[in-house]
Amino acid sequence: MVRIAAGEHVPIYPPSPEEAVIPMKAFEIDRHPVTNRDYLAFVTKHPKWRRGQVPRLLADRRYLEHWKGALELGPDADPDAPVTRVSWFAAKAYCEANGKRLPSENEWEYAAAASATSPNGRSDAAFTAKLLEWYSKPTPKVLPRVAQGEANFWGAHDMHGLVWEWVLDFGSTMVSSDSREDGDPDKMRFCGASAINAGDKEDYAAFMRYAFRSSLQGPYTVGNLGFRCAK
Amino acid sequence: MRSWLLALALLVPTAALAAEGHPTLPASKVETGGDSLYVLDGKLTDQDGKEVTLANFRGKPVLISMFYATCPHACPMLVSDVRKIDSQLDPALRKEVQVVLVTFDPDRDTPEALAKVREAHKVDKDRWTFLRTDPGFVRELAAVLGIRYRFTPDGAIGHSSVITLLDRDGAIVSRVEGVRQPADDIVRKLNAMKK
Repeated sequence: MVRIAAGEHVPIYPPSPEEAVIPMKAFEIDRHPVTNRDYLAFVTKHPKWRRGQVPRLLADRRYLEHWKGALELGPDADPDAPVTRVSWFAAKAYCEANGKRLPSENEWEYAAAASATSPNGRSDAAFTAKLLEWYSKPTPKVLPRVAQGEANFWGAHDMHGLVWEWVLDFGSTMVSSDSREDGDPDKMRFCGASAINAGDKEDYAAFMRYAFRSSLQGPYTVGNLGFRCAK
Repeated sequence: MRSWLLALALLVPTAALAAEGHPTLPASKVETGGDSLYVLDGKLTDQDGKEVTLANFRGKPVLISMFYATCPHACPMLVSDVRKIDSQLDPALRKEVQVVLVTFDPDRDTPEALAKVREAHKVDKDRWTFLRTDPGFVRELAAVLGIRYRFTPDGAIGHSSVITLLDRDGAIVSRVEGVRQPADDIVRKLNAMKK
C-alpha cells in the first residue's frame, strides 16, 4: 500500500456549501487495483463469493463472467490484470477479508488528483488531457496488467487509464438535494448546470467519474469496473 | 466505452423530495422478486439490547425502512407513513406484520435511544422493532434497499426515505419512495398475503 498524506480535498461536486474544502486525514491505499490473481485467492478461501454461489442480491448475473470457471481465470483474465465484473458487495467483502476497507469517494478522488509530480494535478492541462484520452478509448477485451505505467505522486498506479473503481459511498454525494441551499436544487444534480459551480472546471474526467458512480447499484458488475482497498 | 454516456443518461434522480430543513437524497432502483434479504448475515441489536439477524423475521410479512433518532422531520413522517399503511390492513393480517426500522446512526442511536424512540411513537411493541448495527452493515442494508445516505458536517444525515415490503421469505415485493407518497401497491400486496 502507499501512504497518502493528510491535506485538503476540494471535491468537484461539493455536496453542500460547508463541504467545499474537506480536511483529509492520512490514509493508505493499495498501490494498484486488486488483480484477478488476488481475487482468485479470495474466492478460493471464501466459497460464498465464488461465481455461481453468490446470491443475485449481492452480485448480478454477469459477476466474474469473463473467468473460465469459478476457480479458473482462463484466457480473458490475465492474473495480473485488474479484476472486474465484481459488485460493490463483493469488493467490500474482499477488502474486509484482508483487514482493509473500500476507500471513501473523497479519499479516492483525493488520491487520484495527484499527477506524477504533484499531489494536485487537476489544473495541469497536460495531466487532465491525458485522463480524457483514456475515456475516449474503448475497453480492450482482455485488460492489460496493473502497474505498467508511471506511478502518481503518492506512488499509486492506475488511478486513471485502466479501470473505473468502486468506492465505499458511491452515488451518495453528487445527487444531494439540500433544501438549505438557496436557489435551484437541480443545480447540484445535472452535469451541465452544476459545471458552472463546480470546484474545478478543467477536470472534465472527474465529472465523468461522479456521473458513472452515481449511476451504479450495489449488485452491478461492469467489464471495466474494479476496485482497490484502503486502510 | 459507452458506459459513461449511459451513466449521464441515468443521472436524473427519482422521487427526490426535500423535507423542510432536512437534506434528502433520491432513492436508487431495486429489483423486486429477487433473492431473500435473509441471506444477509449482519448482526443487529434491538431496542432491548437483544442481538438478532434479519432472518429472525422470517415467516412474517415485514415493512422495513431506515431512519435515525435525532432526525427532525422526515423520520417522524416515515413513522406516520408506516402507520398509515398499517391502518389500511386487514385486522387479522395486521397482527402478523412486523415493522423493522434500522438506524443509519449506530453511534448515537444506542439501544436506550432506540427504546426511547419506540416509547415516544407509542407503537405496538409486539410488532415494531428498532435496530442498530455496525456502520458497514448499515451501508450494505442501505444498498440492498436502494437507500442513499450521507452524513453532513452539522451532524444530520441526508437520506432517501424508502419503505420496503418483504414477503414471508424476505424477498422484496414492493416499495414506496419518498415521504407522504401513495402506498396503494404495498397495501394491496400486503392484504394479498393474508393466509
